[in-house]
Amino acid sequence: MFTRPTVALAALLMLGAAPLAQAADKPTDPQIAHIAYTAGTIDIEAAKLAIEKSKTKEVVDFANDMVRDHETVNKQALDLVKKLNVTPEDNATSQALAKAAAEERGKLAKLDGAAFDKAYVENEVAYHKQVNGALETLLIPSASNAELKSLLETGLKIFQGHQQHAEHVAGSLK
Amino acid sequence: MTALTRPALAALALALTASPAPAETITVTIDKLVFSPASVTARVGDTIEWVNKDAFAHTATVKGGWEVIIPPKSTGKTTLKEAGAVDYFCRFHPNMRGRVAVSP
Ligand SMILES: [Cu+2]
Repeated sequence: MFTRPTVALAALLMLGAAPLAQAADKPTDPQIAHIAYTAGTIDIEAAKLAIEKSKTKEVVDFANDMVRDHETVNKQALDLVKKLNVTPEDNATSQALAKAAAEERGKLAKLDGAAFDKAYVENEVAYHKQVNGALETLLIPSASNAELKSLLETGLKIFQGHQQHAEHVAGSLK
Repeated sequence: MTALTRPALAALALALTASPAPAETITVTIDKLVFSPASVTARVGDTIEWVNKDAFAHTATVKGGWEVIIPPKSTGKTTLKEAGAVDYFCRFHPNMRGRVAVSP
């Protein structure tokens, strides 16, 4: 019953497709919490790889900003689910996100120097854009708990900020 | 007007320049990635203080100008040294924008 919309969301996230047909079934709050947390964890892991590999100050600074902000958002998410007594529920979207991220990390791990910087930062732009699309069109409208919705809205502003920040860094690398 | 002698005019001008308004502190609150008020007016010598209610670090950065780092759940401030209107943004989240119009 939950498979179809989450697969649709996974497809949206993977392909970065702009339009999303409003699915009849919406992800539940425990699934939304899991997806949001997973999305944050993925960005933290990519950032840690960049901190380890990059020698460009602007890239390392950006990666440190990503770790700091996403750890904060994820801590807020954990505090909230605890308070609401909600157990985040793994789902097809979270799994698809994690799988795609592992592949991307594999690609990045093989690159070095300027090629790594470029690929990491470009992926950051694309990744934040995709997550923003999912937050705006599906996750925020589907959230039923007001506090969860509010946290996702703050998360969207953070992600939008990161997208612009990543675009700025990408511009400076050229 | 003709009654005003030259020394009287000079005294008047001196009085006007010698009694500036006392410097003020203007507070801008940051909550959920929004500067409010987004736009403030101030005078040279005034201080802008940002009060950050977020758990995130922010900055108030003027391109090619000053920058204030505002740690999470903390404050940051700057004293305005130059007249003119400046737009500022958060370097970590460039979608956060504000403006300070500074009069002499
Ligand atoms: Cu900010």
